[in-house]
Amino acid sequence: MSDALCFGGGVKTQLIAVVVMWQWLKQLYHRLGSPKWFYEITTGWIPWLAVLSVVGTVVGLVMGLLYAPADYLQGNSFRIIYIHVPAALLAQSAFMMMAVAGAVYLIWRMKMAAWVAKVIAPVGASFCLIALLTGAIWGKPTWGTWWVWDARLTSMLLLLFLYFGVMALQQAMESEDSAYRAGAILSLVGLVNIPIIKYSVEWWNTLHQPATLKLTEKPSMHPDMLIPLLIMIVTTYVFFALLIILRTRNEILWHERKRSWVKQILES
Amino acid sequence: MHPKRKKRLTLILFMVLGVGSAVGLLMYSLSQNINLFMTPTQIATGEAPVGRTIRAGGLVEPGTVVRDDSGLGVRFVVTDGQSEVTIAYDGILPDLFREGQGIVAMGKLGEDGVFVASEVLAKHDENYMPPEVQEALDKAHKDGKQALEEARY
Repeated sequence: MSDALCFGGGVKTQLIAVVVMWQWLKQLYHRLGSPKWFYEITTGWIPWLAVLSVVGTVVGLVMGLLYAPADYLQGNSFRIIYIHVPAALLAQSAFMMMAVAGAVYLIWRMKMAAWVAKVIAPVGASFCLIALLTGAIWGKPTWGTWWVWDARLTSMLLLLFLYFGVMALQQAMESEDSAYRAGAILSLVGLVNIPIIKYSVEWWNTLHQPATLKLTEKPSMHPDMLIPLLIMIVTTYVFFALLIILRTRNEILWHERKRSWVKQILES
Repeated sequence: MHPKRKKRLTLILFMVLGVGSAVGLLMYSLSQNINLFMTPTQIATGEAPVGRTIRAGGLVEPGTVVRDDSGLGVRFVVTDGQSEVTIAYDGILPDLFREGQGIVAMGKLGEDGVFVASEVLAKHDENYMPPEVQEALDKAHKDGKQALEEARY
């Protein structure tokens, strides 16, 4: 990266580039705090995200279920990976996003961050549940059991309970502000579970196998099986973005319903 | 940054770090209990309690699976590359059970060093490939072995 930046001319240009980027990020951050700006800019994104989610799901599932070869050992039952892995990845990413949004609310008292954290929780919990259920369905024919209390499965179940806890706290109090703050604190505490889920299969003896997709190494999967999986993972993230944007817009309309710009939208 | 916000940020960082290290220490001290199964080496060195229900895991040593003439009884040797333990089991084995496969068995270690299992689970590894690729790999392995043997004579 430094080579590419150096090309134009030395340290000075690099410094300017960093400063410009920092300013831009700061500006974006302040804009994100404005419900009106967020509502207006995302209006145009929704159809694109919706089309991408549908096309990605159809292409990924057709490739994965019809065209990918069967596994040499598991036969066709491995195909549940096309739902299980994207859902499990997303459940963890969503929790991290929820915790970051919670921290932003705790530090800067940005209302938008609280609403984002609130709308992520049930979506993340749903994906966590999907990962647990598909895992159990796969475990029966492959391992010979629906459930085993190994470190990976138990920490994933804990993630589901943490989601439930955050959701409960977000609804539990008279004042919205203290409810959001309590939820944010629990999601920050629960953050410690994320590396435990990820590394559980390496730190301890588990029944669950280690990761097939690794950032630093070649994936231990045939390309014909891998490509549909990658499509499904990207699509799941796009679908998640769509859900979060739609749900955040609802929150904005509800909380800002007395503002003139919302009234204008609702009347038109 | 506003001093008040800075204070809140440091507070949150300390909270996350504090919880993280507390849980880390807890996990470290409990690591033996978090492990789902004991390895054959742990059993061979006497770490495993005799007569208590535990789980043992390892790879099924090729050529050691002996089935009863009548009934479902089966005996096989499980290895982790260093030590071995014999497992006796009476029941239906999972579909994925085969020689060289990783398994986890629940049961009791007898005085004679034989592990009597009440449940056998197959452990799957992280490799996924079509059957043709596996056949090609097996063939290459066999050809390589043959070539090696031919070169020897």
